[in-house]
Amino acid sequence: MALNSKAPEGPLAEKWDKHKFNVKLVNPANKRKYDVIVVGTGLAGASAAASLAELGYNVKAFTYHDSPRRAHSIAAQGGVNAAKNYQNDGDSVFRLFYDTIKGGDYRSREANVYRLAQVSVNIIDQCVAQGVPFAREYGGLLANRSFGGAQVSRTFYARGQTGQQLLLGAYSALSRQIAYGKVKMYTRSELLDVVVVDGQARGIVTRNLITGETQTHAAHAVVLATGGYGNVFYLSTNAMYCNATAAWRAHKKGAYFANPCFTQIHPTCIPVSGDYQSKLTLMSESLRNDGRVWVPKTKEMAERVRNNEVKPQDVQEDDRDYFLERKYPAFGNLVPRDVASRNAKQMCDEGRGVGSTGLAVYLDFSEIIKRTSAEAVSQKYGNLFAMYEKITDENPYERPMRIYPAVHYTMGGLWVDYNLQTTIPGLYATGECNFSDHGANRLGASALMQGLADGYFVIPSTIGDYLAATPPKPVTTDHPAFAEAKAGVQARVEQLLSIKGNRTPDEFHKKLGHLMWEYCGMARNAEGLKFAKAEIAKLRKEFWQDVKVVGSGEEMNQALEKAGRVADFLELGELMVDDALDRNESCGGHFREEYATEEGEAKRDDDHYAYVAAWEYTGDNQPERLNKEELVFENVKLTQRSYK
Amino acid sequence: MAGSNPNAKPMNLTLRVWRQPNHQASGQIVEYKVNEISPDMSFLEMLDVLNEDLLHKGQDPVAFDHDCREGICGSCALFINGRSHGPEKGTTTCQLHMRKFSDGETITIEPWRANAFPVNKDLSVDRSAFDRIIQAGGYVSVNTGGTPDGNEIPIPKDISDRAFEAATCIGCGACVAACKNASAMLFVSAKVSQLALLPQGQVEAQTRVENMVARMDIEGFGACSNIGSCAAECPVGISLENIAILNREFLTAKVVSNNMA
Repeated sequence: MALNSKAPEGPLAEKWDKHKFNVKLVNPANKRKYDVIVVGTGLAGASAAASLAELGYNVKAFTYHDSPRRAHSIAAQGGVNAAKNYQNDGDSVFRLFYDTIKGGDYRSREANVYRLAQVSVNIIDQCVAQGVPFAREYGGLLANRSFGGAQVSRTFYARGQTGQQLLLGAYSALSRQIAYGKVKMYTRSELLDVVVVDGQARGIVTRNLITGETQTHAAHAVVLATGGYGNVFYLSTNAMYCNATAAWRAHKKGAYFANPCFTQIHPTCIPVSGDYQSKLTLMSESLRNDGRVWVPKTKEMAERVRNNEVKPQDVQEDDRDYFLERKYPAFGNLVPRDVASRNAKQMCDEGRGVGSTGLAVYLDFSEIIKRTSAEAVSQKYGNLFAMYEKITDENPYERPMRIYPAVHYTMGGLWVDYNLQTTIPGLYATGECNFSDHGANRLGASALMQGLADGYFVIPSTIGDYLAATPPKPVTTDHPAFAEAKAGVQARVEQLLSIKGNRTPDEFHKKLGHLMWEYCGMARNAEGLKFAKAEIAKLRKEFWQDVKVVGSGEEMNQALEKAGRVADFLELGELMVDDALDRNESCGGHFREEYATEEGEAKRDDDHYAYVAAWEYTGDNQPERLNKEELVFENVKLTQRSYK
Repeated sequence: MAGSNPNAKPMNLTLRVWRQPNHQASGQIVEYKVNEISPDMSFLEMLDVLNEDLLHKGQDPVAFDHDCREGICGSCALFINGRSHGPEKGTTTCQLHMRKFSDGETITIEPWRANAFPVNKDLSVDRSAFDRIIQAGGYVSVNTGGTPDGNEIPIPKDISDRAFEAATCIGCGACVAACKNASAMLFVSAKVSQLALLPQGQVEAQTRVENMVARMDIEGFGACSNIGSCAAECPVGISLENIAILNREFLTAKVVSNNMA
């Protein structure tokens, strides 16, 4: 299938307005005749569900949580970008667009990114009107801070809990529509299949996680806002339930999966402490505004620090290497995430890492504390410092934080056109679930921006174009495709329960995560990827022979839920490896060791790889087919990224 | 190993865990042993160890709610040794670490106990009553689009900061579990005062407080007797001041209300 991005023609700055004029509209009186399913209630889902209901559509919203407020958007810390230029520091829509395209290492679609920058300003207004308590200056106006990959101060924040405050804002808008009866909310309901009728998405199959009941739901269109797939790696900063099942089920029904190998390894996370570890905790990137990243200058000093012979705070200035400041004087500690992560890994590979494992670098606040005060630092980052101390039992006001990169975000996801529609007509993907705006690397404070842009401002306009061409006749679950999909879901549950093997879903997940981290993580090479591909195929086979789940499908059964998600991760993991093998270049978070500059930076190959890799499912255990969307750059010049 | 405490030794513990197959069935405390627990583990990672062990033995793992394991999503909700989220002040269950316990200790783990929070299974409870209270008025009635510029209405920093403090409630229900009356006053007051403090929320302040309080009563939460266990056990430090603000808002609303119901 030829991939048509449907990006409008014409000057960049006029595309979105022109497109909004050209899309078909649904008559206000007819909107109530259309049902829309929204899966996921994070920033992208809750904002979409609320906004679509406000327009008059009947919305059915789904979450596997006990409440829509628990989606993992809630854990986002640092902030949300917007091109308000409140700081008079030279920001503009074009600059935010440019920074995002460059930060993504020129692997995203210009038209989408420009639109994102345009609507970013509306997001702030919307959230303020909802009562989101952003940080403010003494004069009563909104405060900003700077974030990695940018030289202007455009990040709006609510202490270290911006995601929480934005999500609670979207949740309140959603709650209002639930109260009005315009949204029917289904909690504790997990999507286990997408129903396609005559080539159009017409509904979903869910499992009630309390009763185990399998249900079918019909609608005129389906929006997936189901987040990213970082938990393929087992250990990540994602929440425990985050999974790829909704996106993967849609993929197997015909939605192409784009750039699966583009995963973001975040530089500032609390290091792994033991085998029992269930997840990793992020320390917000905003900390790099005031914290300085360093390791001991020599291996010998690093060893003394590791052995607790010298306290890090007692290491003399001359014995420290502030490696980001040294290598990237222009951006210093604020280089983009992929660059910061790779450099931390390099320091540890050189034997200069700290902590008892040697897999950590320091993030040091002593200078800012000296320059201002511990209280001032606490005002900005208090909750993060407290969290760090709870987890590590170390006081970051006195002793520098230990940090290490960890999987944080997935830039890849379901392929969508400019309307956010997947390759299945009537099926849309928003937020982290799609691939659209971040290219090969996402800049800090841009995930919240994209989730809310998609949900509040893009999908409410673009979905009408599809619905207007769909007859406003009631939809039902009578079509045999619903019964068939439901039977498939039930058969899979039965199969998982019937294996009665010896290894738990978590054991398989850990093993997969280890393979992905070692061979498809911060650095990749063809040999390692080929090895991982074979190992994953083997592991998947073992899973279906040896996984152990007890109990039944007609009850709350968390091990069964987990087994289903791990089964999907085992398939997606292999596709990620395939994608990483196909892309014989380095770009953003995808660092192939064979393709590096002399200075060890990512070396792109724009002549051969300036495309979106959109993978098409062709059948169980069949190789997926690669479709390409060539990326056209009319407004930015492709250059080697430089943050020096 | 984190190296945070090189002298910390693995612990052996006895767990007394509430097991209940579903809402209709009756439940009981069941005793389990867990061994070789690292002090650097979180409480939930300790339960992961128990559950992996149970699964290997072919027994039903203990159901409990959890997700972010960073103390922000509000999913985790365990009543540990008679206290909401356990012994450490200002901490959710997921951020509680085993270094707060000692080798050989017996730990009792129960779900939140409140009529308004029926048990789903084992340690998982149904907190949808909280959602219905928010649906009764915990929002500002603005549609998407057409909102004024974010800097149009200046808000004094101290007011904005106080609204933020109230808005940090994670909706976990620890306040209800800690209260002898199972009252939801702290939860409700946090949302009421966040929006009452901000100019955006003042337009609907009267109807909001009336409707949210009415919904709280319908859901079967108990009355507030101003003892303050809720604030003492709140993992994110929501202040009792919010209850005072709610009472003031509620009285004001009643005095000027057109709502005779």
